[in-house]
Amino acid sequence: MATTRETESGDVGAALAAALPDADRFRWLLGLVVPALLVVVWHLLVATGVFAAHQLPQPLRVVETLYGMAATGELWGHIAITLQRVFFGTLLGVSVGIVLGTITGLYGLAQDLLDPLFQSLKNIPSLAWVPLFLLWFGIGEGAKVLLIAVGAFFPVYLNLSTGIGNVSEDLLEVAEVYDLGRIESLRRVVFPAAVPSLLVGIRGGVGLAWMFVVAAELIAASQGIGFLLSDGRVLARPDIIVGSILLFAFFGNLSDLAVKEVEQRVVDW
Amino acid sequence: MSSTGEEVDAAGDGGSDPTGDPALAVRGLTKRYGDTVALDEVDLAVDDGEFVAVVGPSGCGKSTLLRVLSGLEERFEGRAAVDGVDVRDGGSDAVGMVFQEPRLLAWADVRANVAVGLPTDVDPDAPAARDRVDDLIETVGLDGFAESRPGQLSGGMAQRVSLARGLAYEPEVLLLDEPFSALDQLTKYEQQDNLLDVWRERGATVALVTHDVEEAAYLADRVVVLGGQPGTVETVVDIEAERPRDRTDEALLAARREITDALGV
Repeated sequence: MATTRETESGDVGAALAAALPDADRFRWLLGLVVPALLVVVWHLLVATGVFAAHQLPQPLRVVETLYGMAATGELWGHIAITLQRVFFGTLLGVSVGIVLGTITGLYGLAQDLLDPLFQSLKNIPSLAWVPLFLLWFGIGEGAKVLLIAVGAFFPVYLNLSTGIGNVSEDLLEVAEVYDLGRIESLRRVVFPAAVPSLLVGIRGGVGLAWMFVVAAELIAASQGIGFLLSDGRVLARPDIIVGSILLFAFFGNLSDLAVKEVEQRVVDW
Repeated sequence: MSSTGEEVDAAGDGGSDPTGDPALAVRGLTKRYGDTVALDEVDLAVDDGEFVAVVGPSGCGKSTLLRVLSGLEERFEGRAAVDGVDVRDGGSDAVGMVFQEPRLLAWADVRANVAVGLPTDVDPDAPAARDRVDDLIETVGLDGFAESRPGQLSGGMAQRVSLARGLAYEPEVLLLDEPFSALDQLTKYEQQDNLLDVWRERGATVALVTHDVEEAAYLADRVVVLGGQPGTVETVVDIEAERPRDRTDEALLAARREITDALGV
């Protein structure tokens, strides 16, 4: 881009063209300014005694705690099990969401039968499921993965179902006029047209998976970041609580960025 | 081939068609959208290999006529048949249609979009099919854009992709709904001549809807003038000019005057 502009315009234009992409490239750093300021304010508030250290630890104290747990290896076990639960739960929820979203998107009868049910089930808060799942599936991994799958399912189902149902009538007419047939028109028109909706759904599903893993781990776990969180409360260790929250924030953001990246690569039209 | 002297509702002379049916037969066609009557008792017969243009003011049902013939409208009164087979009984399978809007697949490149038009028994990945698609892309003047996405094309370019897709279908009957409306004058002339070449080579029957009187006169054997709301056939103008035609031919100018008069302008 910069080179083509250089050849077309004069020195000033070239200098501008060379400078502009650089400025754009580092623009995301602006997003770090406010959080960094907040950390400084946080530190000052605790250091000057506005907040008591037993309620809000200093930022450095949180880092030390996490570092200590990482050094002993304890932290990695918690992170690994949480990531594993989120991964398998999301996988399951997204898969079922794709299947049911496709069926209800394609068939009006399935839509009429199933959609009202799912529309009402989606409004049940994650924590409300926990006792039932414990009762049904015990406190093992299965219950947690299933609970997370429930969370990841709904956005995928809802977005894909409407995405398939809303494929432009104009394009369906094209498929009809050119006699593509059912299979080919699904493969070449309907499914590709619904991919953006699917990815929006998956992004929402991953987000909800993180909310549901907290619900599962807070109540019935002996390991995981959510367990760490509740353990911090029991031990009256605010540094562990804040550290766990930061871990959730970090991994939640990371997975969101990953899905967003996939989204941008796949939906590039 | 082109029966120029027939009346509009004549069933054709059957000379080139063994079944004796005209390529397109429309009789007493009435189409309603709710309370609105889009077409009222329209009769039209197009012979095999004939090039017919349909002109008329906006909202006279020109596009509706093509939608009926392409099998997209299931509910209408009267008869609409292609080669003697009712469009509701699969008669429309032999019909290709170029829509007024490009209607391209945004996620697919130009090559894949044109390939949508390939006949269903052709494997789009076969080398021969690929060559054919690339030829068509060249025909519509888009060589070098085979890998572009519709979003990267101008409106006129997108319309030409849509035209290439219609040509790829190799239909017996090609319906075109204002296919050149988004093109600049020069490209329009080029594409009109392309269409005439394809028509001549393939011997296809063509029905072209347009609001461009000059285009209708230059391209067609007969020009059907639809009028009013609801749409009815006002008159049919035979274009007697010899082919290949010159755009400034006296006979064309006379025909244009006749069409314009019929349109009441």
